[in-house]
Amino acid sequence: MAEVTQLEKSLIAILQGDGLPVASRPFAVLGERLGVSEDEVMECLREMERKGYLRRIAAVLWHRTAGFEANGMVAWDVPDEECTAVGRKMAEFSEVTHCYRRPRFPGWRYNLYTMVHGHARAECRAAAERIATHIGIIDYDILFSVREFKKTSPVYY
Amino acid sequence: MDDFDKQLLNRLQSDFPMVPEPFRAIAEELGVAEDDVIAAIRRLKDEGIIRRFGGVFSSRDLGFYSTLMAAQVAPDCLEEVAAAVSAYGEVTHNYEREHHYNLWFTLTATSRERVAEIAEEIRRKTGVGEIHELPAVEFFKVDVKFSM
Repeated sequence: MAEVTQLEKSLIAILQGDGLPVASRPFAVLGERLGVSEDEVMECLREMERKGYLRRIAAVLWHRTAGFEANGMVAWDVPDEECTAVGRKMAEFSEVTHCYRRPRFPGWRYNLYTMVHGHARAECRAAAERIATHIGIIDYDILFSVREFKKTSPVYY
Repeated sequence: MDDFDKQLLNRLQSDFPMVPEPFRAIAEELGVAEDDVIAAIRRLKDEGIIRRFGGVFSSRDLGFYSTLMAAQVAPDCLEEVAAAVSAYGEVTHNYEREHHYNLWFTLTATSRERVAEIAEEIRRKTGVGEIHELPAVEFFKVDVKFSM
């Protein structure tokens, strides 16, 4: 495991749980809770950004309330030797929120995954088609979500 | 949601100012008072439009093991199996998808061994035979932002 300090763990736990206090001086409020100064909190967060632990402090929206009703996982069959280049190109599409290479398994030939979000399924389908045409990878399948059983953030500490 | 809400939501999804008074900084950018920004964020959280206002961390950089799992579940057992899967704290997303592989879930755990243990327990408890582990082997993008 990575070397994570106690202050880092405490800040991660709060920022993953209740979140950032929505108050005039949020870092001072966090400092008070943890017995450190406002400066120490900000410094620790900057350091975590630098180390890559913290991607960003941000509002995470519910897709559906934001009007994005449909989400499709597009699984692509890309020749292994082209996968890195194709993955990078697909990542450039704004409709794509996630893009990963994953292993194939017997009976499952797909090795590249993109999540596409849209206001309706047709929009997701159109996005996949645009990507397919643009990049020239035609073997893909879209797996639409039917039911969301769970969606939460990881609990680290 | 009015135009100000939308503008604020767009602004809050990236580049949060790491300064002592971040909401004042955002208010100045948007040409409104700090109190208006704070009140609007609290309301958008209460209304459930903002799911979470906090940190987005990289589980990989923190040393955790994350993976996607694909399972093939008999349709009449799906709810029961999904509930058994969701019960694990390590499971962060769990979806039914329209496919032969109809249950897709993600795990963030302390180790790969822990993931294998959970998969084995699910197999034992539910009798589901086909559960495939599909960890990301190359990362091209994670950027969940929505323009309002």
